[in-house]
Amino acid sequence: MSNLTYERPFIQKLNTGTMNKFGTRTEYAPVTHLESVPVKRIVADYGSPCFVISERQIRKNYQDAVRAFKTRYPKVQFAWSYKTNYLDAVCNIFHQEGSWAEVVSIFEYRKALNNGVPGNKIIFNGPDKSAADLELAVDNNSLIHIDHFDELYELAALLQASKKKARVAIRVNMDTGVYPMWDRFGFNYENGQAWNAITKIMSQQEMELVGLHCHIGTYMLSAAAYGTAAWKLCDLAVNIKTKWNKSLQYLDLGGGFASANTLKGSYLQGADVIPSIDDYAEAITSTILNSAIRQNELPMLILETGRALVDDAAWLVGSVVATKRLSDGRRATIMDFGVNLLFTAFWYNHKVSPAQEFSHHTEDMVLYGPLCMNIDVIRDSVNLPLLNKGDHVVVHKVGAYNMTQWMQFIQMRPKIIIIDMEGKTHIVRESESLETMLRYEKRPDHLSQSSL
Amino acid sequence: MQLNKNIAISDSGFIFNPSTGDSFSTNPVGLEIIRLLRENKKKDAIIKELTGRFSIDDSTAEKDLSDFLLVLRNYQLLNDHE
Ligand SMILES: Cc1ncc(COP(=O)(O)O)c(C=O)c1O
Repeated sequence: MSNLTYERPFIQKLNTGTMNKFGTRTEYAPVTHLESVPVKRIVADYGSPCFVISERQIRKNYQDAVRAFKTRYPKVQFAWSYKTNYLDAVCNIFHQEGSWAEVVSIFEYRKALNNGVPGNKIIFNGPDKSAADLELAVDNNSLIHIDHFDELYELAALLQASKKKARVAIRVNMDTGVYPMWDRFGFNYENGQAWNAITKIMSQQEMELVGLHCHIGTYMLSAAAYGTAAWKLCDLAVNIKTKWNKSLQYLDLGGGFASANTLKGSYLQGADVIPSIDDYAEAITSTILNSAIRQNELPMLILETGRALVDDAAWLVGSVVATKRLSDGRRATIMDFGVNLLFTAFWYNHKVSPAQEFSHHTEDMVLYGPLCMNIDVIRDSVNLPLLNKGDHVVVHKVGAYNMTQWMQFIQMRPKIIIIDMEGKTHIVRESESLETMLRYEKRPDHLSQSSL
Repeated sequence: MQLNKNIAISDSGFIFNPSTGDSFSTNPVGLEIIRLLRENKKKDAIIKELTGRFSIDDSTAEKDLSDFLLVLRNYQLLNDHE
């Protein structure tokens, strides 16, 4: 009887009729390969944890999104939202596909320049642009999206002093029927603030109003909200045409399309409830096409789509550090990655798959990260096979916001690799080391040592 | 440490406790341990059985068994009265 395969002993009470709060049972199908690359090889070559990006999936997402809009509307331009994932390798995939850059800080702005994006194809959003930032953007002929009156007046003064010209747009916030309303950025449509800002810009010789911008929220589950937003921007555009006989070059509808992740608290899987890119495209383009804007003066439609283009193009590979039993009998599994790397675990129930074959037995468990901190929970409850120390897992759809919002806290950040179109892997960001951290520290003489 | 009497065990790993009406499913290793408990085997003896039958070391067997016994107690399948 020797040589029997061992699986740790397991017993589970059978369903007694109450609904299972652990939801669907699809998660334990093992994912042994990412595209054609074995997870085992990734861990052996690059360590665990490790972020893995798919070039193929990014290009596919981009091309699908472009197709959804271009089949409905004549002039479409995407601008890659740097904050969503500003790894140069990722940005350059988007730029190679034809995407401009959308940035919200001077750091991101310089990163875009460094990637070779021409200044006139950089959209500069965000509430924090210094005078020096604005000057640089003016000199590069970038599209400056003004967020508030302080910025508007500062830019006006700066242009008057330098006798330079700037291409500007304003960010408009508005009621689209989705709450809470994002009214902290830009100028409000309903209360007339946006119109006041437009009037001020139109009175400035040095400023050319080239477009209007809005970004109504993120992970928007309502395509109709985009119809409302587009309608309000069109209304402003038509009024500008009427009053000043000025046609705008573009309307920028921002980002916010949902990705197929599942929001916490939702019983339905993300993929089953989110609108498709076609739904969003239809809502936006049909509104603009049906507006009072003349056919021969249709503005270019800009989109700053972030998460919907990149979320499902990356995975996080990780390993089990330990399993334990909590006081109430629940199983807990400790992983080598936590909210330090998976910031989005705060609002998503990320799908986690084992990376090796298991028997059909599964158990409910809490998934913890490695931080010695109570907040470090990846999944409050998930049903997975009987994981053991050293087993690998794959977390799905982690391409948006994690590789920018991750934190160096307690642990150092791991490698990020990309799988290219031929299935070859490349490091696109090295793992951090103690030296990385120490490089930025300084020790005053009297704090340079101790003798315990 | 004693498995509750009356518990019905099927070969496929199906377990029924008539005194509470609860039913359970277990995997082959779990089933084996429950059988050994029914034979009144003590912890050390069970560990020996496990390491003899499967290619695992003592510490794995001990760790997994302790955890399993905890769950059995939680499910009121095991009591500590001798
Ligand atoms: C101005 C602006 N544009 C685009 C985006 C990208 O949004 P998303 O990732 O939801 O598409 C953001 C993100 O917050 C943003 O602030």
